[in-house]
Amino acid sequence: MSEQDHFYSGEDIGFTLNNKEVFVTNVQPTERLSESLRERLLIRDIKIGCNAGDCGACSVLVDGEIVCSCLTPTQQVEGQSILTAQGIVSDTELGQKLSHSFQKHGSAQCGICTPGMIVSAYKLLQTEKKPTEEMVKDYLGGVLCRCTGYLKIIDGVMNVDNTDHGGVSGFPSLGVRARHLDGEEKISGRLQYGDDVAPPYALVIKVIRSPYHRAKFHFGDLEEFVTKNSDIETILTHEDIPGVNKFGIFPGFIDQPVFAEQETRFKGEAVAAVVGYPEFFNNFSVKDFPVSWEELQPVLDMENAEQEGVHQILPGKPDNVLCNGIVKRGDYKFGLKNSVFVGEDEFTTSFVEHAYIEPEAGYSYMDGDQVVVHACTQSTYMDLEGLEKVLNLDRTKIRVIPTGVGGGFGSKLDLSVQPYLALASLKTGQAARIAYSRQESFLSTTKRHPAKINIKVGIDGEGLIQGIHFRGKFNTGAYSSWGPAVVSRVPIHATGPYFVPNYQAETKAIITNSTPSGAFRGFGVPQATVALEVLMDKIAMEMGLDPLEFRIKNALVNGVPNGCGQIFASGVGIKPCLEQLRPFWVKEKNKAKELNETQKDNHVVRGVGVASGWYGCGNTALSNPSTIKAGIKADGTVYLNQGAVDIGQGSNTVIPQIFGEALGVTNVSFKLLYADTDITPDAGKTSGSRQTFVSGNAAMLCGLALKKKITRQLNVSEDSHLTIDGSVVHTINEPNEPSLDLATLPQDKDGFVYKAMETYDPPTVSLDSNGQGQPYAQYGYTAQMAVVEVDKKLGKVRVIKVIAAHDVGKAINPMLVEGQVHGGVVQGLGMALMEEFLPGKTDNLHDYLIPTIGDIPEIKTIIVEVPDPEGPYGAKGLGEHVLIPTPPAILNGLYNATGVQIKNIPATPDRVLKALEEAKS
Amino acid sequence: MVHLIPDNLSSALASMVAPAKIIAGCTDFFPRLAMGKVPNRIVNVSKVREMVGITKTTPGWRIGGSTTWSEIIQYPFPPAFDGLKAAAREVGSIQIQNTGTIAGNICNASPAADGMPPLLTLNAMVEIQSENNKRLLNLEDFVLGPGKVDLEANELVTAVWIPEPRNNTVSSFQKLGSRKYLVISIAMVAVTLATNSRGVIKFLNIAVGSCSPVARRLASLEEKFTDLNVSELLEHIPLDLADFSVLSPISDVRGTAEYRQAAVLELCQNAIRDAISLTGVKK
Ligand SMILES: Cc1cc2nc3c(=O)[nH]c(=O)nc-3n(C[C@H](O)[C@H](O)[C@H](O)COP(=O)(O)OP(=O)(O)OC[C@H]3O[C@@H](n4cnc5c(N)ncnc54)[C@H](O)[C@@H]3O)c2cc1C
Ligand code: FES
Ligand code: FES
Repeated sequence: MSEQDHFYSGEDIGFTLNNKEVFVTNVQPTERLSESLRERLLIRDIKIGCNAGDCGACSVLVDGEIVCSCLTPTQQVEGQSILTAQGIVSDTELGQKLSHSFQKHGSAQCGICTPGMIVSAYKLLQTEKKPTEEMVKDYLGGVLCRCTGYLKIIDGVMNVDNTDHGGVSGFPSLGVRARHLDGEEKISGRLQYGDDVAPPYALVIKVIRSPYHRAKFHFGDLEEFVTKNSDIETILTHEDIPGVNKFGIFPGFIDQPVFAEQETRFKGEAVAAVVGYPEFFNNFSVKDFPVSWEELQPVLDMENAEQEGVHQILPGKPDNVLCNGIVKRGDYKFGLKNSVFVGEDEFTTSFVEHAYIEPEAGYSYMDGDQVVVHACTQSTYMDLEGLEKVLNLDRTKIRVIPTGVGGGFGSKLDLSVQPYLALASLKTGQAARIAYSRQESFLSTTKRHPAKINIKVGIDGEGLIQGIHFRGKFNTGAYSSWGPAVVSRVPIHATGPYFVPNYQAETKAIITNSTPSGAFRGFGVPQATVALEVLMDKIAMEMGLDPLEFRIKNALVNGVPNGCGQIFASGVGIKPCLEQLRPFWVKEKNKAKELNETQKDNHVVRGVGVASGWYGCGNTALSNPSTIKAGIKADGTVYLNQGAVDIGQGSNTVIPQIFGEALGVTNVSFKLLYADTDITPDAGKTSGSRQTFVSGNAAMLCGLALKKKITRQLNVSEDSHLTIDGSVVHTINEPNEPSLDLATLPQDKDGFVYKAMETYDPPTVSLDSNGQGQPYAQYGYTAQMAVVEVDKKLGKVRVIKVIAAHDVGKAINPMLVEGQVHGGVVQGLGMALMEEFLPGKTDNLHDYLIPTIGDIPEIKTIIVEVPDPEGPYGAKGLGEHVLIPTPPAILNGLYNATGVQIKNIPATPDRVLKALEEAKS
Repeated sequence: MVHLIPDNLSSALASMVAPAKIIAGCTDFFPRLAMGKVPNRIVNVSKVREMVGITKTTPGWRIGGSTTWSEIIQYPFPPAFDGLKAAAREVGSIQIQNTGTIAGNICNASPAADGMPPLLTLNAMVEIQSENNKRLLNLEDFVLGPGKVDLEANELVTAVWIPEPRNNTVSSFQKLGSRKYLVISIAMVAVTLATNSRGVIKFLNIAVGSCSPVARRLASLEEKFTDLNVSELLEHIPLDLADFSVLSPISDVRGTAEYRQAAVLELCQNAIRDAISLTGVKK
């Protein structure tokens, strides 16, 4: 190298990318490598989860070292060599092995973190062939995953040399540990997520949001602003909305504007959007937008909202109460009076953020007079219905196609980016894109409801629950969203999976000037479960009962009514779940006792806690059908239109497994088509733990129907076993073994010879004014145990082990069951110990902490199979159950270790230490 | 707007024409960029060869300002630097350690900068240069407050100097955060302990971070311990809250002020015990 100065003026930068020479021209001085790779070179396996170093999804190797490409200036990598996950998986032997191992172990759920994990794992395995678990954690510690609970990622890395690749042909059969059918797509980085679909030339949409919790606002001269900036195509405000400026979930609760009019009701609420060419936004600051704000006094907490004289937040809700819920059975007062012991306590929980690693994003364009919206969503048809009203367009003029979804957990059920996209394309006629920043995602999309719960539980001399009185208030934020669902689900579930003869639960959703609360794994049930299950332990302690046996004794069984008076003749699986824990309970209790005694002066103490959970699958006492369609073509290929959006939970694998079982044809070649409102029927939303149960049933019916058509033609019985060889269907074990050449049959215009479409809607009975009825056709059950260690001097809680028993009716895919359990338990751990969204304070992944790979316990999953008469092949839903008992199990472990109960979660170190201090004095 | 990436010191200094924004690992720079104005002239010092790497000289150790945390972790320092290495391992994640630099950590002047307490206990000095001046400042005097350092617009921090520690010096670093990786400290304590062969304490330097606007040495506490032997030191535990009065912890999203107060005491005791065990001196 010459002694001359090397100044890179910032024009054209060349480097090696995945072993190819590339150039990026006219690089901006502050251009990030992530931007250059994604937008200039279209290498979109680099994911942007935070743009701030906090998530690691953008990790790449620069000259062999792992860095965040979002923190690396492009100019700096001149002449260097860059490797991304795509390059690693396609070009290196180790990458291939990792890809296989990740697929085999189910290491990718939604897959958005996977590129970062692959890059980190590759570097580790290059450095160390046989890494220890600690090393894996150190190397992967910079990448966050919100879905898997990390354990299957660790497995995938540590077992990379295990080369038996399994291999699947035909539909994977029911009950096997089949890989995700879409796993390879995710691991190789090929799956396109919300922000990966748009071409780089698309117009960019930037939303202008309220900087205050509550404010009046006035626009300046918007026309002038557009004229002065030639790179702005248009500005959108409420005046551009052709239909109604409102969206929401439930009839009567459609109240959230796409753009606020006059007043904003929460910090981060949209008032306008700038639609412009990408260049415009390089130097655009939202402060330049012509709008003036007048801050108004907000109402931020529930106490304040209910006070007299406080301003009314939403029209038509004078007392700031959105809605109420109730379930009443027997006479709780009588029950409490008849008890020998009544425990009572109050609990509060915080806003919890979903913190999926993919912020909301999407892309739209006009296809003739139809507006096409691609977005990361949990429910295509709900998006469609919402857009229909906002746009005042016939539904045939709107098409919604979900992109890959990088996690949802409930928040991607609501509309977010979709209306902005559709409005922009309709107004400009051009393609448009939007991707929320991490902060926008935090500020503007829904949260778990903070709860304030008062609960009384009365126990008789036999240790049986005689009565429960539950009162819960839920902070629903500025708009309804799923508030009504929380308020109605909670009273149904607040008995826990126990027999409670005298019961009353009242709930209330309170409106405040906060980010709207919505759906989040469990719809309020996790909060209610904290209250009930933590109080149960206090009662057990005071009455000298063993917490596990106390629960077993009270467990609901077949033939006994739940709080809604619903009786199941079979399928109630809570008792088997609790009983499965017994040997572990005894062993872990003894071990904890022994450890605490041998290390008497140690300030780290160990405890064991247990909690139960149950959860009704599907919508609450409402019709929620799923439709599945399939067909077989003349060449023998089976097409399955599976519209249950896979947000990582696995419906793209489980639904085909169920369908394949019903179809009963081995060795078939098949093609999966996913959700798309133009081609795939409505399989309902991915929520309420309903897809395996409801869409699974539709898939089963559809498979059976298709098979019936074939067996009828063959003139064999409906349960004959079939195989397919090319276009010829053969029967096995039938007299004469008749066969059928599909190629000889008449075809429809799409080439199908047989088609079937079936719908399933779970049977429910609506609730009367006392909440009596049949809200769900099926419930799933769970009991979890947590072993925790508490540092009494620092207030730190470490979860060592969780043993999770889940009654899933029938495990369609045990590997996916474990994956759900791991992910749910780790989210539950976050909720119990660290997660607290404070609007305007913890609105990024730096300050809002979710568990990292270093914070996870060992998790043992016990699969319990008590078949459900309504479930497909007996299967029950699971997606939300997995998180419900975890927080109280951990809190009970903490109680067992220290004698201190934390009733205001999360149990952060400062709260724990304070509680320990108070207990001392 | 320009982004300059000089590869030697003289051109780096020559390019420091105000207003210039210095960047190195960019781990603080980029996350903040989202909020602020784009600077007009960017001087990227990550490749300045005189600012990268570690050298041992007679007066002590010179750690180039653009040396990354990963380089510090891998360097075969004597045991006195174990606390600094431990802090380096606790910075963010591997991704952050691979690019984040020591000068960036100091100059960013966050109260929670993990590099500060160990460097303070090692009596670190900051080497500052401009085109026509070079000065050396105690680290304590360099960092003035949150986000504030004693640096002229045309100056660069070119290195951190650490005087050669005496033999038998050990060190410990204790970080308290709410999760394992990627976490900003609620509080952290660094201790550097030098003993003679009979176990008599020559000095015990203690510094605390995240509990005051700038990380601080606990001079009054340190004085108490000089010339004691190790077992006498242990008798001083539990420490007295009064010895921590120079700290002024605040409540924020990571923890309350009261919690910090209590935790620091505990961390400090842990750090002292850890350091004592490292001396190998029998208690
Ligand atoms: C996800 C994440 C996690 C983090 N975790 C931690 C943590 O656990 N502990 C911790 O302490 N920090 C943490 N940080 C902060 C940061 O990584 C460190 O402070 C790092 O050392 C900063 O170095 P840098 O080179 O990246 O600084 P840069 O961002 O490049 O610069 C930081 C500041 O220092 C100035 N500067 C840089 N070099 C010089 C120089 N030579 N002379 C004068 N001024 C200079 C810059 O102008 C800028 O103001 C984290 C950051 C991120 C993004
Ligand atoms: S996007 Fe780079 S770390 Fe999150
Ligand atoms: S699989 Fe890791 S974030 Fe979804």
